[in-house]
Amino acid sequence: MSQSVRTPRTPASPMRTVLPFAVFFLLIVAVGLLQSWTVALTILNMCLVSAVMALGVNVQWGYAGLVNFGVMGFTALGGLAVVVIAMPTVDAAWQAGGPGVLFGLFLLLATAAVTIAMRRVVTARLPRMVLTAVFVAAGLWAANTVLGPSTAAVEGVNPALEGYLGGFGAPVLIAWAVGALLAAAAAFVIGKIALGLRADYLAIATLGVSEIIVAVLMNEDWLARGVKNVVGLPRPVPYEVDMRTTAWFADLADRLGMAAVPLSSLIVKLAYAGLFVVVLALILWLAERALASPWGRTMRAVRDNETAAAAMGKDVKRLHLLVFIVGSGIIGLAGAMLTTLDGQFTPSSYQPLRFTFLVWVMVIVGGAGNNWGATVGAFIVWFAWVEAEPVGHFVIDWATYALGDDSPIRQHLLQNAAQMRHVVMGVLLLVVLRFAPRGIIPETDRT
Amino acid sequence: MDGFLNAIVLLANFALVPGAAYGSQLALGALGVTLIFAVLRFSNFAHGETMSFGAMITIFATWALQSWGVSIAPLPTGLLALPIGIIVTVAVVLASDKFVYAYYREKRSDQVIFLIASIGVMFVMAGLIRFIIGPDDQIFADGARFVFSVRDFRAVTGLEEGLALKTTQLVTLVTAIVCVVALFLFLGKTRTGKSMRAYADNEDLATLSGIDAGRVVRIAWILSATLAVIAGVLYGLDKSYKPFVFQELLLPIFAAAIVGGLGSPVGAIVGGYIIAFAEVLVTYAYKRFLGHLVPPDWMPDGLAQLMGTEYKFAVAFVILVLTLLIRPTGLFNKRAA
Amino acid sequence: MSFLVARDMRGGYGAEDILQGCTVEADRGEIAVIVGPNGAGKSTAMKAIFGMLSLRGGAITLDGADLTRMKPTERVKNGMSFVPQVKNVFPSMSVEENLEMGAFIRRDDYSATMDEVYALFPVLAEKRRQPAGELSGGQRQQVAVGRALMTKPSLLMLDEPTAGVSPIVMDELFDRIIDVAKTGIAILMVEQNAKQALEIATRGYVLQHGKNAHTDTGEALLADPVVRRTFLGG
Ligand SMILES: Nc1ncnc2c1ncn2[C@@H]1O[C@H](COP(=O)(O)OP(=O)(O)O)[C@@H](O)[C@H]1O
Ligand SMILES: [Mg+2]
Repeated sequence: MSQSVRTPRTPASPMRTVLPFAVFFLLIVAVGLLQSWTVALTILNMCLVSAVMALGVNVQWGYAGLVNFGVMGFTALGGLAVVVIAMPTVDAAWQAGGPGVLFGLFLLLATAAVTIAMRRVVTARLPRMVLTAVFVAAGLWAANTVLGPSTAAVEGVNPALEGYLGGFGAPVLIAWAVGALLAAAAAFVIGKIALGLRADYLAIATLGVSEIIVAVLMNEDWLARGVKNVVGLPRPVPYEVDMRTTAWFADLADRLGMAAVPLSSLIVKLAYAGLFVVVLALILWLAERALASPWGRTMRAVRDNETAAAAMGKDVKRLHLLVFIVGSGIIGLAGAMLTTLDGQFTPSSYQPLRFTFLVWVMVIVGGAGNNWGATVGAFIVWFAWVEAEPVGHFVIDWATYALGDDSPIRQHLLQNAAQMRHVVMGVLLLVVLRFAPRGIIPETDRT
Repeated sequence: MDGFLNAIVLLANFALVPGAAYGSQLALGALGVTLIFAVLRFSNFAHGETMSFGAMITIFATWALQSWGVSIAPLPTGLLALPIGIIVTVAVVLASDKFVYAYYREKRSDQVIFLIASIGVMFVMAGLIRFIIGPDDQIFADGARFVFSVRDFRAVTGLEEGLALKTTQLVTLVTAIVCVVALFLFLGKTRTGKSMRAYADNEDLATLSGIDAGRVVRIAWILSATLAVIAGVLYGLDKSYKPFVFQELLLPIFAAAIVGGLGSPVGAIVGGYIIAFAEVLVTYAYKRFLGHLVPPDWMPDGLAQLMGTEYKFAVAFVILVLTLLIRPTGLFNKRAA
Repeated sequence: MSFLVARDMRGGYGAEDILQGCTVEADRGEIAVIVGPNGAGKSTAMKAIFGMLSLRGGAITLDGADLTRMKPTERVKNGMSFVPQVKNVFPSMSVEENLEMGAFIRRDDYSATMDEVYALFPVLAEKRRQPAGELSGGQRQQVAVGRALMTKPSLLMLDEPTAGVSPIVMDELFDRIIDVAKTGIAILMVEQNAKQALEIATRGYVLQHGKNAHTDTGEALLADPVVRRTFLGG
């Protein structure tokens, strides 16, 4: 299903796997030498985060043929986890409205629980529908009555800087795990509803869910300040200013003969890169293990063969739910990593083109079904996405040179040159899909 | 009695008339999606960008006409520019079929492959649009603003509340009706239209009967693109033109098409109005409306709003999910999903 | 030489040959029936004759003209018409529209043909405005046959026209098919209800593993003890 032709696969030669990675690292080195090492490391870090995201999609689409267009929503949930876990608690806000908010949320959960329990007991179709509507309406009304004043009170506390409940003040790395769990929990609910439908229905449903998740994050200020953003998130790595006061740093700067500011920034970026590499390696290892396990083989057999899928019936649904949850959890983890790297949580930055469809380009280009492929796809696509901006600017500059500097058309085009990166991505996706549908590193046959 | 009339007029002014206009725009958008689905059997995620692209071309043509002093006031100049937008967009969409989709059709690829290919097309179009016109707001509605304003209405009826009808709303409604009637005459009465339905119904048998698949596909794209441009321009005239809005419209449009039943033109229209009215009525603040109907001491304290406007597309989504849970084939679809 | 000759057909859907040199013929005004076990290649043979799969060997001639290399639509223009085994109507279109689509390649006035079809299947005239998908199984088969007749074919090919209909409706359908044959059309039909079909057949073919196992008149095949035992269930 995931590809139109499933020709017998031959194992890819090791070169086919190693070469794309080698090319990528050469590109990073080239950026380091030509632009700057700060830029090179910034790109590399984003590549590593993107790779984790792409692995999440690869588990869903590559292993099981599930179309998840809700990547953005799971990423945002991961980001939310960072705020909720790592930011200091805003005590005044908790006093103002904390209990009310908790009670309101409890009411929402209770409504869901009671409704589900009722639907287990009542089997007749019509009464069940009517009761569901009544329960949901009553629950929403009650929760809203409780939440309204409480959230208003929370948002009234020092709105310029706080106006939200804050978090638990726990170490930020815990948030990475929580982000994964949060996304996985959301995926469980969505999967229960939307799995088992035709592929495009699942695609649309997940796209819708993710837009709603982002809408909630943008509008519920009491939760994470909405569009006012949460800045200054705690870091898992030292701060540049602190580092510059230490003796070992002064020593190192002396030995390398580098200025303190760029060196400290490089070290911080390297520290992030180190963390990300560890996470990515761990996820890759687990994903590869899973793929080679009997479970992974069943998954791919089901994906490739609808008769097998039908024969397994209920089991397929359970397997798909599991895959959907695991993949979304990985995406949530990546979302938490991303927000940690940014140091701020900005709900309005979650746009589907960037956070959903770009990740899909990564997986398709890299090679769906192959974890190494998805990884290198993420590396290369992110690299292209970033570098398309200066290159695009350069090309437009050159192409419109004849118009003269005060030409409004030239100015307008130069101003929008960065948008050409979308075109580049689209063309890249279409070209790979058509001429190398199995991607840079094709899926290999392990069975 | 007056209270009742005032309440109705108020609701019409703020919810029903805007809802009808928005519903028409969604219906036209959903028709385009459903036609492609009926004939090519995939959900075209590039449809939102097709609407946007057509609106963009129409805006350029409008600016050109305006600069030459051409006007059809009181109607907006955009209407005159519309054919240019349609022609250019149809050409682009046909090119996308030739260079992208035709290959997968030939290979009889899975529908998911088409879907992913449409993501590629979406990226290319989105990039071109943002590159050419930029990501910002463009207002291009001109001509008379109102058919009748709140003040006119109050003067005539003597009611406390007023009802306005914007020119763009009337243009939207009339255009939508014309398009829908024309489309249904085409599908129901002409040989080509019937052959298109036959192809949608049973591709193999249609081919056996001598119906040219390539021609049917081309016509489907032409119709879909035309409807998309009209929908996009009407939306842009009514609100304003902003490239990213069309990404957000994708959800209500798909919801409308699925509620009605993917592949069913009647369903797309009904679905469009269902989604639009649900969005508008659920996010409408009924405080003033109730003020006309109930005694003051019964009035609720809040805005009497079921859901904030910022969650309006959650409404579309809930309806979509309900459809998927209760009747995944939609209201008007006979084919199994 | 017969009106239709499909000689030594070889071919299949992929690398493997489903048809391994089978031959069928049919004459105007006659009914030729193909029977055989499931998976014998009966439907495949019909598709091959109609040009829906390319043959590796063999030739197909209709009224002496070689059609072997033609596309299905060209064969329709040369007088062939085909009712597939499954999905043989346009379910959401009305009965009348189904017939119109049958006549799609005709540029002349086909209302007379349509009247003939309605005369042959009066119930269709009654239900002309109803979507074909809402009709009963037997009526749907009538629509399918009617649609195929709209091109005024000289050869009508039917793949299991009585699949899934009651015995009474089956007899009724066979009677109509005999009526059609009497107008001078050649009929080639695949049937599961082998006994009843061979009773009305002028010519019968028993197909097995893509080859002709037995060929004779319908009557003779019914009388042949080997055929009776192996293919007709005693
Ligand atoms: N579209 C197809 N693609 C591949 N194989 C097919 C196809 N249709 C039928 N077959 C195979 O061809 C053989 C003959 O099928 P068919 O002609 O339908 O038999 P029948 O005599 O029952 O009509 C069977 O083994 C079947 O599995
Ligand atoms: Mg058969």
